[in-house]
Amino acid sequence: MHLHDVWFVLIAVLWIGYFFLEGFDFGVGILTRILARDERERRVLINTIGPVWDGNEVWLLTAGGATFAAFPDWYATLFSGFYLALLLILVCLIIRGVAFEYRAKRDDAQWKRNWDHAIFWCSLLPAFLWGVAFGNIVHGTKIDAHMEYVGSFWDLLNAYSILGGVVTLTLFTFHGAVFTALKTNGEIRERARALALKAGVVTALAALAFLIWTQLHHGDSWSFAAMVVAVLALVGAIGMNQIGREGWAFILSGVTVVAAVAMLFLSLFPDVMPSSLNPAWSLTVSNASASSYTLGIMTWVAGFMTPVVLVYQGWTYWVFRRRIGVQNMPA
Amino acid sequence: MELALAHETMARWQFGITTVYHFLFVPLTISLSALVAGLQTAWVRTGREKYFKATKFWGKLFLINIAMGVVTGIVQEFQFGMSWSNYSRFVGDIFGAPLAFEALIAFFFESTFIGLWIFGWDRLPKKLHLLSIWMVSIGTVLSAYFILAANSWMQHPVGYELKNGRAQLTDFPKVLFQNTTLVVVFHTITAAFLVGGAFMIGIAAYQLRRASRLAAEDREPVKVASMKTSLRLGLVVCLLAGLGTAISGDALGKVMFEQQPMKMAAAEALWDTESPAPFSVFAYGDVAKGHNTVEITVPGLLSFLAKGDLTSPVPGINNTNAAEKAKFGDKAPNYEPNIPTTFWAFRWMIGFGMTSFVIAAVGLWLTRRRFWLAPEFRRAGDEVPLFMLTRTRELGPTLTKWAWRGAIWTLAFPLIACSWGWIFTEMGRQPWVVYGLMTTADAVSPGVSIGEQWTSLIVLTLLYGILAVVEVKLMVKYAKAGPTDEQPPTKDPTLGGPPAGSEDADKPFAFAY
Repeated sequence: MHLHDVWFVLIAVLWIGYFFLEGFDFGVGILTRILARDERERRVLINTIGPVWDGNEVWLLTAGGATFAAFPDWYATLFSGFYLALLLILVCLIIRGVAFEYRAKRDDAQWKRNWDHAIFWCSLLPAFLWGVAFGNIVHGTKIDAHMEYVGSFWDLLNAYSILGGVVTLTLFTFHGAVFTALKTNGEIRERARALALKAGVVTALAALAFLIWTQLHHGDSWSFAAMVVAVLALVGAIGMNQIGREGWAFILSGVTVVAAVAMLFLSLFPDVMPSSLNPAWSLTVSNASASSYTLGIMTWVAGFMTPVVLVYQGWTYWVFRRRIGVQNMPA
Repeated sequence: MELALAHETMARWQFGITTVYHFLFVPLTISLSALVAGLQTAWVRTGREKYFKATKFWGKLFLINIAMGVVTGIVQEFQFGMSWSNYSRFVGDIFGAPLAFEALIAFFFESTFIGLWIFGWDRLPKKLHLLSIWMVSIGTVLSAYFILAANSWMQHPVGYELKNGRAQLTDFPKVLFQNTTLVVVFHTITAAFLVGGAFMIGIAAYQLRRASRLAAEDREPVKVASMKTSLRLGLVVCLLAGLGTAISGDALGKVMFEQQPMKMAAAEALWDTESPAPFSVFAYGDVAKGHNTVEITVPGLLSFLAKGDLTSPVPGINNTNAAEKAKFGDKAPNYEPNIPTTFWAFRWMIGFGMTSFVIAAVGLWLTRRRFWLAPEFRRAGDEVPLFMLTRTRELGPTLTKWAWRGAIWTLAFPLIACSWGWIFTEMGRQPWVVYGLMTTADAVSPGVSIGEQWTSLIVLTLLYGILAVVEVKLMVKYAKAGPTDEQPPTKDPTLGGPPAGSEDADKPFAFAY
């Protein structure tokens, strides 16, 4: 196995980690307007992810930085090509982060309402747009012989990629609802479980259509295996949620995210950004990658640091493992 | 305007605006995390309430600040690819690695432990909670190191070969530990503490001045004590950091005279090689003709700054330009940066930074400790200090008024200095994006249209503008409110907080969003 193949896997792992973790905190952000009935419930929701959302988002920054280092051309083509879509995501992530931190800093209803809107929309839009972005990557985009994206912003909005966006949006909402059921107590926990069922069914329909489409056009036997895992895990998550096994439901909704994203990367390999104009112009793991010296250093550092990060980030979740409820909200 | 130039100009404005803005929050994050950690250490060790109050007070301001630093940093991670795709392709093999390590090593550290610190007051044992703010502090310094190593490579590329039309890494330790990196890190970290020290001086002075105007029975001694301690801490930090910034700045200057003679010639508006070279205090010149029309200089000082003696020749702009033209040919129309901006940015950096240093030195003298003063002028630890000129002589009322004002205003000076410092070092490198290897004009994304550039420039500038108003208002609100009424916790929390089902499990948290 060549080093650039290893790094393809590691980049996939970083994106999978990002969608697993930020997936549920996007979901919780969306639920603040769907599930919460008053100010105190909204606070409970925000505080389930309060200590961890920032660390979750660093998975994205690491994925970005690692792509820059390991596949400079992938980084350059992707982010200059998807310029406006990415700008929209960045704007949302900026507003959302500030909203979490500043929302409770003034005791003023209008102030809080404004930040509540910000949290909802700035969770919903990226949850949708990441699916659109990955739909396009897998589907292939207008990339010319010089690795430049020559399409427009509107080319990114096609049926397949929009369906991809619907899948991430619904899946993250489901993932967030399951997470909420796991992390809260009292009435909100019951309602989260009820909502998870509805969100789960919608997710299942959208995901099934999208994954089959992906498999038919881009898949191989490996991606098929991932698809089967994703679908079974999703069904299992819905079932576990129904019988009140919230821990298992969360693990399985997480497996759904992992397997679905893995399927996209498996369909992609060995391309990293296929060209829809001419297959010879596609960016691949070999023509877009960094030198083996750089990849070698990166492998050592990542090999040593990733387990360390997983340990202390995991420990944080353990520290904040207790369920919370409206009674825990300070004045 | 020629279209290619317009692309470059737009991309540069966006990068300049977003980066200078981001760096308003960075130095304060670096220094305040360490200062808050220091204050919290004092509290954990001594149990004195004034340290608890100070930790909480500065901690709150620190959090308002770091939130902005974090979110504006996201743009930094991606805009190389968005606006500078040719640059990204050319340098990714080298530049990407420190960026990836910054995220993997430093950002995870910072973001995870900041969560533990914010929410950990009643869910972590005291010492573990203290450890988490120190971890944040270490994370900020590591982060600075990696990104400055990457920037230093743009200033002075080392450890690479040109292969397949791009720069490929051959020696990573050289990139991490070259002298440019080491000196720049020292300079940036000391400057960050200058910012943090001045921030403490400014706000603590505001609180103390207000307390000095209250009737004695309205003052809360423990709050006054916490602000007095903060003022002293800020003054000491500002003085030491100012000294460090000056020393590292001098060292950096000498490195730059060697590595980028053009930047330093431009900083001095030194048009022609001179020996000995004078330091220019003020200059007004004709850039097109390549000479100054008005100039006030200190003879020999520039030779001293560049080489450490009073006679060495220092190459001028015209001579360096000719030398670079001979070396690089027509890669760029000419090799001069924007001379007026570079010249004045250099002066404002030094001027504003050193003003705070002087204010700190004066402030330390005026508020010096008790045994330096005659007994009738001594003040207890929880009283507002008098400004004492000599052992027995107080500063007059007018000067006292100005001393308070100077102390409050100094808050902004090092921040202004930092901004101009970055504008100087980045604009002084032009027309290069990677010195000697790639021009800025060649670095922009060829596929991004002017319309897209306008959109992002307007959106980001507007958003940053609105957030600046929100942030400053919150800062002012909490700075004015002063230290909290909250009492230090009486018992040491258990790990994870009270267990589910216990009596305390349903109590409100010490902190929630």
